[in-house]
Amino acid sequence: MQTIASQTSPPKKSFLYDPKVRGIFYQVVLVAAIVFLFYVAATNAIENLQRAKIASGFGFLSNTAGFDISQTLVQFSAAGGSYGDAFLVGLLNTLIVSAIGIVFTTILGFLIGIARLSRNWMVAKVAMVYVEVLRNIPLLVQLLFWYIAVLGALPQPRNSLEMGAGFYLNSRGLFMARPIYASDAWVLIAVLAVGLVGTFVYRRWARKQQEQTGRQYPVGKVTLALVLGLPVLTWVLLALAGANPVSFELPRKGTFNLTGGMQILPEFVALLLGLVTYTAAFIAEVVRAGILAVSKGQTEAASSLGLTPGQTLRLVVIPQAMRVIIPPLTSQYLNLTKNSSLAVAIGYPDLVQVFMGTVLNQTGQAIEVVVITMGVYLTISLVTSFVMNIYNRRVAIVER
Amino acid sequence: MKKALVSIAFGLTASLFATGASAQATLASVKQKGFLTCGSNTGLAGFGQPDAQGNWTGLDVDLCRAIAAAIFDDPTKVRFIPLAAKDRFTALQSGEVDVLSRNSTMTMSRDTQLGLDFPAINYYDGQGFMVRKKLGVSSAKELNGASICTQQGTTTELNLADYFRANNMKYEVVAFATSDETFKAYDAGRCDAFTTDASGLYSERLRASAPDDHIVLPEIISKEPLGPAVRHGDNQWGDIVRWTHMAMLNAEELGVTKANVEQMKNSDNPEIKRLLGTEGKFGEATGLTNDWAVRIIKHVGNYGEVFEKNVGEGSRLKIKRGQNALWTKGGLQYGIPVR
Repeated sequence: MQTIASQTSPPKKSFLYDPKVRGIFYQVVLVAAIVFLFYVAATNAIENLQRAKIASGFGFLSNTAGFDISQTLVQFSAAGGSYGDAFLVGLLNTLIVSAIGIVFTTILGFLIGIARLSRNWMVAKVAMVYVEVLRNIPLLVQLLFWYIAVLGALPQPRNSLEMGAGFYLNSRGLFMARPIYASDAWVLIAVLAVGLVGTFVYRRWARKQQEQTGRQYPVGKVTLALVLGLPVLTWVLLALAGANPVSFELPRKGTFNLTGGMQILPEFVALLLGLVTYTAAFIAEVVRAGILAVSKGQTEAASSLGLTPGQTLRLVVIPQAMRVIIPPLTSQYLNLTKNSSLAVAIGYPDLVQVFMGTVLNQTGQAIEVVVITMGVYLTISLVTSFVMNIYNRRVAIVER
Repeated sequence: MKKALVSIAFGLTASLFATGASAQATLASVKQKGFLTCGSNTGLAGFGQPDAQGNWTGLDVDLCRAIAAAIFDDPTKVRFIPLAAKDRFTALQSGEVDVLSRNSTMTMSRDTQLGLDFPAINYYDGQGFMVRKKLGVSSAKELNGASICTQQGTTTELNLADYFRANNMKYEVVAFATSDETFKAYDAGRCDAFTTDASGLYSERLRASAPDDHIVLPEIISKEPLGPAVRHGDNQWGDIVRWTHMAMLNAEELGVTKANVEQMKNSDNPEIKRLLGTEGKFGEATGLTNDWAVRIIKHVGNYGEVFEKNVGEGSRLKIKRGQNALWTKGGLQYGIPVR
C-alpha cells in the first residue's frame, strides 16, 4: 500500500519518508522509552523494598523524630518534632550558612581580587599567596583545620575569654548578649523603617541632582545618619523619658558552660570560615579576570577626566567588569552552597548531616531521603542561578 | 548508535530487575565468592578494630570469623568492611555486606521496618556516660545544662533525648558521623560528657589523651542488646548466623574449648556428640557440614574464650562478664539446645 501511494503521487511522498514526521516519531519513541525506564525502575524498587520488608513511602516524615539537634532556627524538640520538622531544621541550617557565606565570600573575594592587581608590590604578593594557598588545599582539610586546630584550641568554658560588651569566647562557641524587646520596641522598628525609606528617597534625589546639575551631595553620611543615627537617637530619647524598649540578657556562668544570651556554635563558625576563605580565593581570580578584561583605555580615559584611582575603579572599571564576573561568580555561589554539605565532617547540623545522616539511619528509607535531598540541592542551585541570571541581564552591556 | 542506545536501555532495565534476587541465597553467593563480607566497626577496641598490620580483632570480628570457619573451615576468609553507624544498615540492605557484626542494637523498628533480622544477641549492653573527673560530677542526674557528644544514627542519640526529657533536664547535643570524630571532639573539650554503650565507653577511654582523667558515671540509661544483623527474607542465612553464636555458647556451657575440641569428639555426652556432629545431621540441615561447630571452636574458640580474649580479663578493657555470663552463672547468655 505504501509503494502504491508513493507511485501514484510522486510529488506527495509517503509520510514515512517525511523527515519531519520521522523526527517527531523518534523523539516520541525516545521519550516513551525513558518514561518506561523510569517507571520500571520505580516499580521495581518498590517491589524489591516490599519483598525485603523495608518500609517505603513518604509517611515517615510525620513520625516523631525522637532526637535533638544542636542548632535550630525554628522550634524543634525531640518530643514534638517530626522527621519533617528535622528536615526543615537541617534545610534552614544549610540556607543560613550558605547565605551568610555568600555575602562574606563576595566581599572578601572582591577585596583580594582587587588587591592582587594593586600597584603596591606587598599587597599584590600577599593576595597572590592567599589565592594560591587557599585554592590548592582541599576544602575538607581546611574545615578540619579551622574546627580542630583553630577553634579547638580555644579555652574551656570555665576559663572563657571575656571580650567585653557581654561577649565571651570558649571552646563551646561565641556567647553574646541576647536582646529582649519590650512592648514599646515597635517605636524603634518604625523609626528604622522611616530611616530606610528616607535614605532611599534621598539617594534617588541626590542622584537626579547629580545627573541634572553635576552637583554631588554627601550620600554616605546621610545614609548613616538616617539608618543608624535616627534609631539610636530615638532610643536615647526613650531611655531618658523612662521607657526601656530593649534590654539585654547577658550570658552567665553555669555549672558546665555559660547559660543565657545567644550562642554561636563553633561548628557553624568553622564551616563559615572554611567556606568563605576557600571560595573567596576563587572569586578573587574571577574578579581579577573581570577587571583585566576592561581595556586599559578606559582607565586612562577616566584618569584624564580627573577621576581619582578609587573613583575610576568604582565608577568605570568595576561596572564594566561585572558582565564578565557575574557568570563565573554564580558558579562559585553554587559551589559554596553545595560544599556546605561538608558540614557532616565537623558535626554542623546541615541538611545532609541531619537528614541523610540521622533521619536516613533511624528510618532506613534511603531512597526517599536521598531523592528529597537531591531535589533540595537542585532547587537551591536553580533558584540561585535564576536570581543571578536576572542580575546578569541587568548589568550586561546593551547592544545597540 | 541507535542499537547501542537500545542495548544500554535493556541493560539498565535488566540490572534493575536483577537486584530482586539478592535477598535469597546469601550462603550460595558467599561460597561462590570464596569469602564472607562482614560489616564491622570503624574501630572499637575489643569489639572490632584493625591493628597496625591490618588484622581485625574483637568480639564482633570473631563472630564473623566463626561464620567463615563454619562455612570454609578457614577463619581468615572474611573481608571486613568498616562502617560508620549511619551507613551500616544501608550497606547491609544493599547487599554490600553479607552480615553486619558491629555492636548494633536490636530494636523493634530495625527488625520490622529496615528489612533486617537480628538472629542472635552476642553482647548485652546499656548506655552510659563518661565525663572528666575534674568536673566533679558523680551522677548522670547532675548533667543538667551539659553539652554531650554522641554519634548520629544510633539508638544512643534517641535514648539521650529520652533520658533528658524524662528527667526534665536541658542539654546541648553535638552529633558526629563517626565514633572516631565523636570521641575526638569530646577529648578535645568540645563536650562535657560523652555517651555511648557502656562497653564502648571503656573501649574509647583507652584512646583518650589521658585515660585516667575520665570517669564512667554509674547510671545505665537503656537496654542495648547488641548482635549481628542479616537481611530479612533469607532464613537459611539467618539460621547460620544464629547457630554460629549458639554453638559458641553451648561449647562454653559443655566445657568444649579451642584446646580440647578434638578430644571432645570422643566424648560420650550426647549433647557434646550432637554439637560436634558425631551424632545426627544438624550441620547439613543448615546448609553446612556436620562438623560445623568443631570448625568454629577449633579456629575461634567458645564464647567464654572469645569474650575473655577480646574484652575480658585477657584484654586491656577488663570488662566483667556480668549480664553476658552464661545463664548457669547468673547471666543472660543462654545457648539454645542442639537437637
